[in-house]
Amino acid sequence: MPFKIIASQCTSCSACEPLCPNVAISEKAGSFVIEPAKCTECIGYFDEPQCVAACPVDNTCVVDTSLARYQAPA
Amino acid sequence: MNAVVGRGKCAKAAVGASKMVQAAEHKGCRTSSNSGQASCGSRAGQADLPTEIWEKVKSHPCYSEEAHHHYARMHVAVAPACNIQCNYCNRKYDCANESRPGVVSEKLTPEQAVKKALAVAATIPQMTVLGIAGPGDPLANPEKTFKTFELVAKAAPDIKLCLSTNGLSLPDYVDVIAKSKVDHVTITINMIDPEIGAKIYPWIFFNHRRYTGLDAARVLADRQLLGLEMLSERGILCKVNSVMIPHINDGHLVEVNKAVKSRGAFLHNIMPLISAPEYGTVFGLNGQRGPTAQELKALQDACEGEMNMMRHCRQCRADAVGLLGEDRSAEFTTDRVMKMDVKYDLEMRKAYQDRVEDERAAKAAASKEELGELAGAASEISLLVAVATKGSGLINEHFGHAREFQVYELSTSGTKFVGHRRVDVYCQGGDGEKDRLSTIIRGINDCHAVFVAKIGGSPKSNLIKAGIEPVDQYAHELFEKSVISWFRSYLDRVKSGEIQHVKRGDASIRQKAVISAA
Repeated sequence: MPFKIIASQCTSCSACEPLCPNVAISEKAGSFVIEPAKCTECIGYFDEPQCVAACPVDNTCVVDTSLARYQAPA
Repeated sequence: MNAVVGRGKCAKAAVGASKMVQAAEHKGCRTSSNSGQASCGSRAGQADLPTEIWEKVKSHPCYSEEAHHHYARMHVAVAPACNIQCNYCNRKYDCANESRPGVVSEKLTPEQAVKKALAVAATIPQMTVLGIAGPGDPLANPEKTFKTFELVAKAAPDIKLCLSTNGLSLPDYVDVIAKSKVDHVTITINMIDPEIGAKIYPWIFFNHRRYTGLDAARVLADRQLLGLEMLSERGILCKVNSVMIPHINDGHLVEVNKAVKSRGAFLHNIMPLISAPEYGTVFGLNGQRGPTAQELKALQDACEGEMNMMRHCRQCRADAVGLLGEDRSAEFTTDRVMKMDVKYDLEMRKAYQDRVEDERAAKAAASKEELGELAGAASEISLLVAVATKGSGLINEHFGHAREFQVYELSTSGTKFVGHRRVDVYCQGGDGEKDRLSTIIRGINDCHAVFVAKIGGSPKSNLIKAGIEPVDQYAHELFEKSVISWFRSYLDRVKSGEIQHVKRGDASIRQKAVISAA
């Protein structure tokens, strides 16, 4: 269940970037983005997803349910 | 506390904070113990301080009230990330014309910050201090912060370095700070009691997890006090900032004052909460008000016996540039700085600063002389006056152009700086002169007189109607000398029965951000 960052809410503060144990976060066009293939939700590293815990705007780092695996099979 | 025990070395350090309290109890500002007054505080001059402390503060506008009339500072916004959430802060809001902590228009890389520092140093030779104050927390961005300090120290060795932190990460970086030639550190401490802290801080991010409520406040307070002790031990000058939030921590700040004093803080800066709903802060949205001018003064006075108080803070932006009363950040946007052909000239800067020192010496001598003449007078009367100034210690601002007034308390023992009142708030809108005048009168309503270089007929009569005497006969003279001279004649007029001394009411402090220099 990879996380994504909602660009319109991201303040681009960079708090999440150095915390990610998978180096999955980078800055793109004024907002930070998570590379879904690299995100492990911090399982095995920390008790809480680091981007969610550090983000100053609530509900900005959220589970990306638009990915194919969350869609009902056709 | 249990919540953090065993979570690595940082957590152990937090637990250790309480043990260190006793050891540090008798330290503190070594100059203030004998006189019973605030002898090394924001107003202190050369004679009141040990030489090594005077050398550190004499040209730092934030650490010396006197210096702030002469020297400028700049903040470089290289630290966008924060590790705590405060109910008075909303990081989403930004406006180029607005001045309050935590706000910047553009963030910088360390390399851009150095270029900007050199550009400002070349343009404003009285810029002596470079600080990192956010817009987040410098120690939540340690790589960028210390890289910036390293580059600036190399490129412009005469610039003093300082940083302002919430203190959560401070114990981990004290040694790095000491190595980085950072002379001054400001820690924002709003409480030492977690019950109160829980009302100010919804959460902190520490040791890879989010803490909330009492746990968060407990960890934060322990870390802040531990960091302060560690800095004091290393001889780094510390200022403590506290935001005064009525009915939440106002009474408690006297306790905070004692706690930070006993841990060696040099200066305590109690600032009024800035709270307006449109900034979207928790306090702004739930109607939490800021203190009035007299509430703030009463608290600062109550703490002053304990410690040296800073009263000239402008609560500036994290990318402010210039003298404390002004903000020239718009002249130094990244676009403009990158195009500038900068020449850093140490000799020119030094020559300019020598001239400033001569000017200061002349000013101090003049005030001393006038004060001598006041010494013969005996009166119980103490009152406030407001002064319109553009700097250099002169009454050199037109009443109608003043963006702020300096407020002094006068008594037969002399003048005491009480604070400044910003009067250029947004809410004047387009309604013109009348609104502006009533804003000013509300801002200086506790003053008996206002000293200006010039004033028009209509505002003059309105001020008199409001009970504030407009004084323009000291135009372009030194203001400390002038207000003492006026006070002598005021006492004479009271004595002769020409006027009656009546007490003034309260005044309001800006609740909105201020607009920058036009």
